[in-house]
Amino acid sequence: MWILGTLFYEGGAALLRAQLYYQMTPPPGDDGGLANAIAGSLMIVGTATLLGTPVGILAGTYLAEYGKKSWLAAATRFLNDVLLSAPSIVIGLFVYTVYVARAKHFSGWAGAVALALIVIPVVVRTTDDMLKLVPNSLREAAVALGCPTWKMIVLVTYRAARTGILTGILLALARISGETAPLLFTALNNQFWSLDLNRPMSNLPTVIFQFAMSPYADWHRLAWGGATLITLAVLGLNVVARVLFTRKD
Amino acid sequence: MNRPLIRTALRAGEPAPAVAELPAKLRVRHLNFYYGAYQALHDITLDIPANRVTAFIGPSGCGKSTLLRSFNRMYSLYPDQHAEGEVLLDSVNIIELARDLPLIRAKIGMVFQKPTPFPMSIYDNIAFGVRLFERLSKRQMDERVEWALTRAALWPEVRTKLDQSGNSLSGGQQQRLCIARCIAIKPEVLLLDEPCSALDPISTARIEELITELKNDYTVVLVTHNMQQAARVSDYTAYMYLGQLIEYGDTDTIFIKPQSKQTEDYITGRFG
Repeated sequence: MWILGTLFYEGGAALLRAQLYYQMTPPPGDDGGLANAIAGSLMIVGTATLLGTPVGILAGTYLAEYGKKSWLAAATRFLNDVLLSAPSIVIGLFVYTVYVARAKHFSGWAGAVALALIVIPVVVRTTDDMLKLVPNSLREAAVALGCPTWKMIVLVTYRAARTGILTGILLALARISGETAPLLFTALNNQFWSLDLNRPMSNLPTVIFQFAMSPYADWHRLAWGGATLITLAVLGLNVVARVLFTRKD
Repeated sequence: MNRPLIRTALRAGEPAPAVAELPAKLRVRHLNFYYGAYQALHDITLDIPANRVTAFIGPSGCGKSTLLRSFNRMYSLYPDQHAEGEVLLDSVNIIELARDLPLIRAKIGMVFQKPTPFPMSIYDNIAFGVRLFERLSKRQMDERVEWALTRAALWPEVRTKLDQSGNSLSGGQQQRLCIARCIAIKPEVLLLDEPCSALDPISTARIEELITELKNDYTVVLVTHNMQQAARVSDYTAYMYLGQLIEYGDTDTIFIKPQSKQTEDYITGRFG
């Protein structure tokens, strides 16, 4: 509550200024907004979700429907749990060494890949757990009608587990939208408007980091505004996830 | 001797033909079944007559459900379970079938102990199985859904709410929905695994009526732990104990003049 209170006290006013949403990040002393950072964040986070979700769902499906208790599934689950609790800065450094250092430039893609690596274990885990909650009797009933296994999974078990899986994706989305460390080494930052994922890209967390560390008062105000914006977005995602999950019939 | 007074499906004075005299739909030969290392069925051999209701009775854990589940290879879902022997459907050995399993399962419908409506509308619950094998126009599909629900004696209750979730129905209705779902793909054999054990007496009575009607078109195999139910609806009864087939014959004989002492003890309630 204290954190939220401070955040709204310091950042609430910044949120209400329309410039925040359409002006670029300014040099110190000038008036400006966070438009390029907001757009960059949306693009990086969106791409990361699009990259990470299918991989995560497929892997989770393998674990719950095919691998079950085999040694391969057990090993995958263990490694997935390790990845789930890996510090995000390690993931940022990893992407830096295998991608940024070789491509010789920071880019939005690298940021998206780093965030996707955070999305994957979360989605794998929730998909696995949610599919395991689907009673076997439902699978048996589908198979007894002469349904092939893959159709049974796509048409029956996904449907039975869909709210749970969707909730997992939303929570992963909420988690990555505030990640700073992996983006510092990958997407870096960009003072200008750029939607090219192949170039360094502005994004809210690094802008907040950079602006908050600076000695300028107007940058501080923008950093507070950005922090409040992310918090509200994450809060919103969590509320949506919660509502979806409780509405499960 | 206090013989139970139980009304059986075949009237007295009209002796039922012996199983061997009827055309068999399913022939089981030397079937052994294993859960891992544990052997649950020992050398089962019996014929299931076509267009009759055959009931498997016996105490819990005797293998009656296991036997039923081997008829459509349900156990193949679980890697630690396997069967040896023969279950012949029109001279195809189901146990050794590799490729055409879904096709065989479509010929052998199954209804489970607990109702298992799919998480979709009542209409789609029925259409689901049909879409797997047939490509029907919207009108043909509507007709098929209505036909199946009518056969399962559910149509009048759901005709106005076909787009509602299958889960919104009562337990008895859900079970009839599952029977309708089975019938919709026009199987030849219906396997019913304790279909009434989760239902109230009124729903049970409706389903029993339904079973009696369905045997005109299908071969019905029923697992039940309710002996009255076996006596009421079945034409033939098999008594199983500890994975062995103890006695098999027409229901009248099994209930009124069982050959085996074990069967008699179970039926008169001195055991089990």
